[in-house]
Amino acid sequence: MEGNHNICTGCGLLCDDIEVELEKEIVNKVYTACRVGVAHMKEGSREASFLVDGKPVDEPAAIEKAAEILKNAKNPLIFGLGTSTNEAQKKAIELAKKLNATLDDTSSFCLGPVVEALLQEKFKTCTLDDVRHKGDVMVFWGADPSDSHPRHLSKFSYFPRGEQKQRGWEEERTAIAIDIRKSHTAKICGNYFFQIPPGGDAEFINALIDGVSGKLPKTSYGYPPKKLLELANILKGAKFGTIFMGLGLLYSLENLDPIIRLVEVLNEKAKGEFHLIPMVGHYNMRGFNQNLFAETGYVNSVKFENGEAKHGPEYSTVEALKAKTVDAALIIGSDPLASLPRSIAKNLLDIPIISIDPCETLTSKKAKVYFGNAISGVECGGTATRMDGVEVSFNPIIETKRPSDEEILTKLTEAL
Amino acid sequence: MTSTMELYQLLPKTNCKECGKTSCMAFAAGLMAREFMPDDCPPLKNDPKYKESYEKISGMFSTTEGATETGLIVHEELCFGCGNCVVACPVNVANDPYGAGSGKAPQKVEKLILIIEDGIVKAQNVEECRRFGKNKILCNGCIVTCPVEAIEFV
Repeated sequence: MEGNHNICTGCGLLCDDIEVELEKEIVNKVYTACRVGVAHMKEGSREASFLVDGKPVDEPAAIEKAAEILKNAKNPLIFGLGTSTNEAQKKAIELAKKLNATLDDTSSFCLGPVVEALLQEKFKTCTLDDVRHKGDVMVFWGADPSDSHPRHLSKFSYFPRGEQKQRGWEEERTAIAIDIRKSHTAKICGNYFFQIPPGGDAEFINALIDGVSGKLPKTSYGYPPKKLLELANILKGAKFGTIFMGLGLLYSLENLDPIIRLVEVLNEKAKGEFHLIPMVGHYNMRGFNQNLFAETGYVNSVKFENGEAKHGPEYSTVEALKAKTVDAALIIGSDPLASLPRSIAKNLLDIPIISIDPCETLTSKKAKVYFGNAISGVECGGTATRMDGVEVSFNPIIETKRPSDEEILTKLTEAL
Repeated sequence: MTSTMELYQLLPKTNCKECGKTSCMAFAAGLMAREFMPDDCPPLKNDPKYKESYEKISGMFSTTEGATETGLIVHEELCFGCGNCVVACPVNVANDPYGAGSGKAPQKVEKLILIIEDGIVKAQNVEECRRFGKNKILCNGCIVTCPVEAIEFV
């Protein structure tokens, strides 16, 4: 373990301390990474693969066909990019501008609104390293990092010793889980697991705000006020608190106002400061949001028209496919046919699909043109933005004949 | 769980001192603390009249299948390599405070008890575990921190 560490791009944590052993240019052993990371890293080193209508072709032919599809389309959709490097994402934005395309990523039905509010500085946030060094109270709300980001608790939020937290988790840290079911994370939190009914988050937040402000907390589903007050007191006593907001909480709220208000109130009433970090899943979804925000002022769901960006829910992937306003799709590192609701995904089958994905997916199988690209972080390098906004750069671990998505997008732009 | 008295009943009870201890009772206590193995009692091992007792005692000490000497079993099919146990283990923290203890890659991998290899926790140096040896305590740092109950002691 001589400081020769690799970055794992398996999830939004971008763990930077992974050691790998290579054998004949294949990843043989992986140390420190979780199972998600190991599977991700061992995936690499395969032959290049380009398909047009399911038949193998060479790269120029595939590029030519893809460019033809995009040229003939009036309003192509560019979607995905959560698992692409910052460089590839910028290329995709450039391409979308050139094509007057609709550009969206998975965040429009994921944590996009939270990242947008974060970039607009609507609430206080911090980095995961701050949490490791100072954090004493951490709330996992509608999130189960034990399953989605396996090393979250052990690398950053709960178990490690930090600069100002030398005595460890038993004495100096409190982990709280608020969820509708007893998740794996909730199991670790033990007595500090607060189970609420589905959809009860907004009321729970309001009751918590009451509890923190010294009023009697009440909920329509009769949550024991004693337990709520206990939670309110823990939060009030926090010197460096963090709420990790997961999809469970976002989907249950009509808008973000309650949680933003809770962070504000806690910052007022608590001993120290309180922060909110969205639990971004894909390794560079936050990067896409930030890159697009820097370019257009919006985090997702945009439509370019002569260099100008229009934004609105009608330009999100789901709505655009529902209304059938797009006539071709360039899908990068995502599998919407498998992940979107069937009624919406089936509209994708009516339009030509170009798929750029390291893995064979349902979308890639139905695609007119398929590029098997290199896995970023394993077969190609670049930079990415961690879930807390820290930029991380990485080098390839193994060599490959496969082009990176950045190279494919560059060639596509040139061919147009 | 076997007790010292149970072990004593199976020993020759002759206080021959060949093992180096002053009495068979002391040897039984030594067996309990894993300072001795049944083979360290020469009469028990060699005298045919103690054959039955010898086999019984050896059976007690043959390590449970799949378990390490401290009785630690890792259910590999459950473990997903989150590393909570690695970071929480007090021995790991004491031996490698800036590596494993700080949630980072281990710096002194040879001194650790638990490491993550290929996404699954692996036990090594189990003699360092706090549940082992003379001053053993019932530490459960790795059990309570595991979200999927992949670590067990028998």
